[in-house]
Amino acid sequence: MEDIADKGLQVVVGLAVFAAIIGLIMLVVDRAPKSGREKIQIAGFLAPALLLLAVGLVFPALQTSYLSLTGRNGEFVGLDNFVWMFTQPEALVTLRNTVIWVILVPLLASAIGLAYAVFIDRARGERALKALVFMPMAISFVGAGIIWRFVYAYKGPEQDQIGLFNQILVWFGQEPKQFLLDAPTNTFFLIAVMIWIQTGFAMVVLSAAIKGIPTEIVEAARLDGASAWQQFRNVTIPTIRGSLIVVVTTITIGTLKVFDIVRTMTAGQYETSVVANEMYTQAFRAGEPGRGAALALILFLMVLPVVVYNARLLRKQKEIR
Amino acid sequence: MSTVPLENKDLLPDVKDDATQGRPTMQKRVKQKLTSRRATAAAVIIAVLWTIPTFGLLISSFRPEDNIKGNGWWNVFSDRQFTLENYADVLSPGGSQSPNLLSYFVNSLAIVIPGTIFTLVLGSMAAYMFAWGRFRGKDSLFIFVFALQIVPLQMALIPLLQLFTKVLTIGDFQLLPSGTYAQLWVAHTIFGLPLAIFLLHNFIAEIPGEVIEAARVDGAGHSTIFWRIIIPLATPALASFGIFQFLWLWNDLLVALVFSGGGADVAPITQRLAELQGSRGGEWQRLTAGAFVSMIIPLAVFFGLQRYFVRGLLAGGLKG
Repeated sequence: MEDIADKGLQVVVGLAVFAAIIGLIMLVVDRAPKSGREKIQIAGFLAPALLLLAVGLVFPALQTSYLSLTGRNGEFVGLDNFVWMFTQPEALVTLRNTVIWVILVPLLASAIGLAYAVFIDRARGERALKALVFMPMAISFVGAGIIWRFVYAYKGPEQDQIGLFNQILVWFGQEPKQFLLDAPTNTFFLIAVMIWIQTGFAMVVLSAAIKGIPTEIVEAARLDGASAWQQFRNVTIPTIRGSLIVVVTTITIGTLKVFDIVRTMTAGQYETSVVANEMYTQAFRAGEPGRGAALALILFLMVLPVVVYNARLLRKQKEIR
Repeated sequence: MSTVPLENKDLLPDVKDDATQGRPTMQKRVKQKLTSRRATAAAVIIAVLWTIPTFGLLISSFRPEDNIKGNGWWNVFSDRQFTLENYADVLSPGGSQSPNLLSYFVNSLAIVIPGTIFTLVLGSMAAYMFAWGRFRGKDSLFIFVFALQIVPLQMALIPLLQLFTKVLTIGDFQLLPSGTYAQLWVAHTIFGLPLAIFLLHNFIAEIPGEVIEAARVDGAGHSTIFWRIIIPLATPALASFGIFQFLWLWNDLLVALVFSGGGADVAPITQRLAELQGSRGGEWQRLTAGAFVSMIIPLAVFFGLQRYFVRGLLAGGLKG
C-alpha cells in the first residue's frame, strides 16, 4: 500500500511540474512586448515539442549514424560493422528474416483483412464479427506472444498435448512438432502472430473505405451483369486504392520495427532474429553498440522509401489546399 | 473520392427511384444479392480462427495448475474444474520468486497516464501553430516533423539513454533521475510527438477560420484562443489519439526495457511478463493469468471506447 502511495506521489509531482512549465510558457507568451509578440507566441507554442524532437530524435539519429562507424570501444572502424552485417552468416539470417517478414505480413494481413471486410459487409452481426478480428490490436505483443506460445506448446509424443496445434497434429496421427525451434519454418510461425494482430487494422480501415463507395456505382455494375468477383475487381479495388496503399505502408513500417514478438517468443534464437531485435541484442546485451547502431541505420534506410513516398503525398495535398 | 455524375442515374430509371425515395429498401436488396452464404461461412471461419487462441488462454487461466500442465484446455468441456488460484498467485506481493504483478500493473498506469497527457498537450500546442500560426518555412518544418515519425525508435535509444545518464546530470543531481518514471515519460512523449502533431494538426486545421479570426479581432492572444477555442473544439481528435497513445504506451516493451531498469518500482507489466516468459517459460498457470491481467485495461478501453478507437484509426489510416 505504501508502495502505491509512493508511486502515486511521483505521478502527482510529475504532472505538477509539467503543468508549471506549461503555465510559465503561457504567462511569458501573454506578457510578451507588443513588438514581436506574434513571433514570441509562435516560438512559445512550438519550442517544447521541437526541442524534445531535436534532442530525442534528430540528434540521436545523427549520433547513431556516427556510432555505426565505431567499434566495441568507440574507436573508428569505418564500414566494418556493415561488412560484418553483410558477410557473417548469423547477421545475414537476420536480414533474410526481415525481408521475409516485410513481404509476408503486409501482403497477407491486408489480403485477409480485405477479404474479411468484403465478406462481412452488411452481413448480420457485422459489428460483433468485426470486434472479434479487431481485438488482437488491443493486446500487447507480449500478451500475443504468450497466447501463441501456448498454441504452439510442445510435449513429447507419449504425453498429452497442451498446445492446440500439436493436439491437432496428434488427432491426425502425426508426431508433435517443436514449432518454434525448427528452422527455417519457425520464422513463419512467428509471422503468423504478426498477421493475427495486423489483420484487424487492415480490416477496419478497408471496411470503412468499402462503405464509402457510392451505392450507385455498385448498383450500376450489378445491373450491367457484373459477377461478385468482377464487381470486386473492377469496382471495389480501384475505388479503395488509396486506403489500400495506406494500409500496406502502415503495416510495412510496423513490421520493419517488429521487436516484441521475436523477443518474447524466441529471443531471436533458432535463426528467427530480425533486424530490430538483433539491434537490441547487439547494443544492449552483447556490448556491441557499433553493430547495433549499424543495424538501426539499415532499418532506417529500409523505411526511408516509405517516408519519401508519404511526404510527397503530403506535399501534394498541401499544394491542393 | 469519385462521385457518379447525375446523368448516369438518369440512365437507370429504376435505380433513380430507389435512390431518391427509398434508400433503405435499396440497400436491403443490394445486401440480399451480395451476401452469399459462402462468404458468410468464410467470414465465420476467419472469426473463429482469430478468436480461439485468446479464448484458449482465457479458459486456461482459470484451470488448476496440474490441469494446465497435464492436458489441453479443450478438456474443460469434459472435466470442469476452475479456480482463481492462478490470479491470486500472480497478483500477491510474495517473495522475490512471486510475479508480484499488482506492483507492475500500478507502474504501467503511472507510466502511461502522464506519458499520454504530456504528448497530448505538447502535441496539440505545436499542431495549433502548424495549422494557424503565420511564419516562414511552416510547411517544410511540418513535413520534416511528419517524416520524423519514421525514424525507428531503435535509432534513438542509445543516444537518448546516454543523454539522460550523462549530459543531464550535474554531480549527483540527475535532472531526470533513473529509478523513477521521469525518463520513461520523456522518452514516450518524444516518440509519440511526430504522430500526435500530424494527426492533431489535420483536425485542428479543419476548424473554421472565422471562429479564430473573430477571437483575434476581439483581441485574444494565441494562448486564449488555444485553451478556450481550440482545445474544446478538438476534443474528439484528442480523445481518439489519446486512446491510441494510451494503448501503445501500455503495450510498449522496448522503451521500457531500455529506460526502466527492470525493478518492481518502475518497470511496467509488459516487461515483467516478458521476463517471466524467459525465466519460467513452463509455468503456464502464471503466464496465462498474468497475460490476462495485462490485457484487462487495453481490452476494457477497446470494448468501452470502441467508437473513438475506430474513428482515431481512420483519421490515422486514411491520411493518404
